[in-house]
Amino acid sequence: MTVKAGKPKSRLDPEPLPRRDFLGLASLWATAGALFFAALGMLRLPRTAVLSSPSKKFTASLPDNLAEGEAFVPPGRATAIFKDKEGVYAISTICTHLGCVVKPSAEGFECPCHGSRFHPDGTVAKGPAPKPLPWLKISVSGGKVTVDEGTTVKEGTKV
Amino acid sequence: MNQADQQPTHSQPTDALSEFWKNLKAAPRLLKETAFRTGKPTTDRSRSSFVFGNVFLHLHSVRTHRWSLRWSTTMGLGIASTSAFLITLVTGILLMFYYKPYTDVAYQSIKDLHFVVPTGRFIRNIHRWAANVMVICVMLHMARAFYTAAYRKPREFNWLIGMGLFVTTLGLSFTGYLLPWDQLAYWAITIGANIAQSPRELTDIHNITTWFDPGGLNRLILLGSDKVGPEALIRFYLLHIMILPLVLVALMAVHFWRIRKDGGLARPADATERVGETLEPVQPVFTEKPTKTYHLAALVKGRTPAVGNGPEGTVPSMPHLFYVELSVLMVTTLICLGLALVLDAPLKELANPSVPENPAKAPWYFLGLQEMVAFSAFMGGIGIPTVVLFGLGLIPFLDREKAGTGEWFGGPGGWPLVKRSIWIGLGAALLVEAFVIRFGWLREWFPGIPQLIITFVNPGTVLTLLYAAYSVWLVRKWNSTRAGALGLFTCFLCGFLVLTIIGTYFRGPNWEFFWSPADWPKH
Ligand code: HEM
Ligand code: FES
Repeated sequence: MTVKAGKPKSRLDPEPLPRRDFLGLASLWATAGALFFAALGMLRLPRTAVLSSPSKKFTASLPDNLAEGEAFVPPGRATAIFKDKEGVYAISTICTHLGCVVKPSAEGFECPCHGSRFHPDGTVAKGPAPKPLPWLKISVSGGKVTVDEGTTVKEGTKV
Repeated sequence: MNQADQQPTHSQPTDALSEFWKNLKAAPRLLKETAFRTGKPTTDRSRSSFVFGNVFLHLHSVRTHRWSLRWSTTMGLGIASTSAFLITLVTGILLMFYYKPYTDVAYQSIKDLHFVVPTGRFIRNIHRWAANVMVICVMLHMARAFYTAAYRKPREFNWLIGMGLFVTTLGLSFTGYLLPWDQLAYWAITIGANIAQSPRELTDIHNITTWFDPGGLNRLILLGSDKVGPEALIRFYLLHIMILPLVLVALMAVHFWRIRKDGGLARPADATERVGETLEPVQPVFTEKPTKTYHLAALVKGRTPAVGNGPEGTVPSMPHLFYVELSVLMVTTLICLGLALVLDAPLKELANPSVPENPAKAPWYFLGLQEMVAFSAFMGGIGIPTVVLFGLGLIPFLDREKAGTGEWFGGPGGWPLVKRSIWIGLGAALLVEAFVIRFGWLREWFPGIPQLIITFVNPGTVLTLLYAAYSVWLVRKWNSTRAGALGLFTCFLCGFLVLTIIGTYFRGPNWEFFWSPADWPKH
């Protein structure tokens, strides 16, 4: 394809490149497009599809002498299990602010990282946490409790 | 082409063996000649050709203005940043001989480095302190580029490249922080990753997180999992030793090249008169001011900064600039070695995902952010930093003034304005912090208050608005954008300083305020 070049601008800039070199532009844009989509495709790789973390379900047996309102935290888990007259319930101990592990205390929970405090029912009492601590799905069978840390339930759900 | 053309050029192919010996004996000389094509760099002219012809040296221009060589122009901070980077590069490669990026052995391999490997502790210390020195130098270098108004035309783009370098430098330090896999590392990265996720603070309010979740995506790509674990460690390692260094080196190449192409460092219009007579006579390179620069490709006309300038006030880069650079390299190395001799790089207990370090502190240069994050994760960790970076990037495009380029605190108002801004910046930050520490913030007064309000009204945003208002007032008072920029930059620097110092020295367990660590409750 021939395109007429424009008028020379000066001795030093003799020939402006033909602006409408269709094939040249088309191949340039095709290459750019291909690279763009290749890059997008490559971004799929680091976006993990299968999480390798261990099962979020665990089973534990509560200590016999667990007092009402006293937290039981199974070792290595970020869940506090409570027992009262209405039943057992589980509250996550992962701070809703930035993910530190909160410590159950007499007044509820306290977070060591930026000082968030939560009431015993998980609602925010103080500090930067934007949401209450979630309640987790729990079931009882044969003296043992099974908690699913991946499933939250409505606050106040006791079984 | 006929047969004759393909004959070897030498006509007598008789004594090939003696020819061979002759060439073999000449090989060392030929090697030298082909490597250094312009001869020994002993004269100004051959040195200039040497700088011009060497791929590494030619990032420098052949001649350097004496204004740029004055200590007060740069304080050597850019070269010091480069030097600190080179030190981390060398020591980092050494550390890689032993470091294993797997959660079950990472901590142990650092311990080995610290206690068993010959010179391991020293090298690790140097790496750690050089990284800190680099962060400090980059910040100070940025401040000097700002205060000397060096970002102005035609250096706008290099200022942006510089910001890329700044962010990459912080990224390098942050990713390195996880690698020891100790308590400090684990919890700092947990917090960092959740900050990346904090746009959820906004999406949650609008109940759209299930289908629009940029926060969650950030975190997923950063950690490769839903918690800080083996995948996160590998990713941080990859970023730390591969991706970010490559990005940094590429940006540095552009940064340096641009300095040359922008006509050397920024200097006042009368710099040549002000540096006075050169000590040695300037060899005239051009008999008259050139109207074009000579360029590899062809003739370049028009607006390159060298056009229209003769060699007045300049000296050959080799050796003058190189002496300066090498001495800054030596001083930086000395500082890093000295620190490494007297201070050991910290290493806490092995990471324990069920018990947070208390207090869990990020690296010191993020503690200002952590102080703000302690009110709103999104605003402190993403919102305000983004606004600040955006503002910094806009500076060269908003300040199109001329007065004071290349001068310290150049521009209307000058040093008195900066001095007043220091007091205002420090004062406002201290007042806001003191108020919050004494009286608490919205949630303590109105327990039921919605998060949205706290996200937008918190000490960080209040401080930012105070500074912005002051700066707008300055722009109007002096009728100059530069005056406003001087005030705003100074204020943010002071705010950063105050928040960082409070975060570093005055925050204890549960992020509560303590006058000294001696008052921390015993656990
Ligand atoms: C790894 C980080 C960096 C390195 C290694 C680096 C290196 C350098 C060096 C060696 C110079 C020559 C003059 C001097 O020594 O001051 C320079 C100039 C400059 N840098 Fe950087 N720099 C870095 C980051 C930054 C940042 C964060 C900014 C600002 C956003 C910046 C903006 C500039 C500007 C505008 C100049 C030109 C100064 C002038 O013309 O007077 N650089 N840099
Ligand atoms: S992580 Fe709990 S208060 Fe910040």
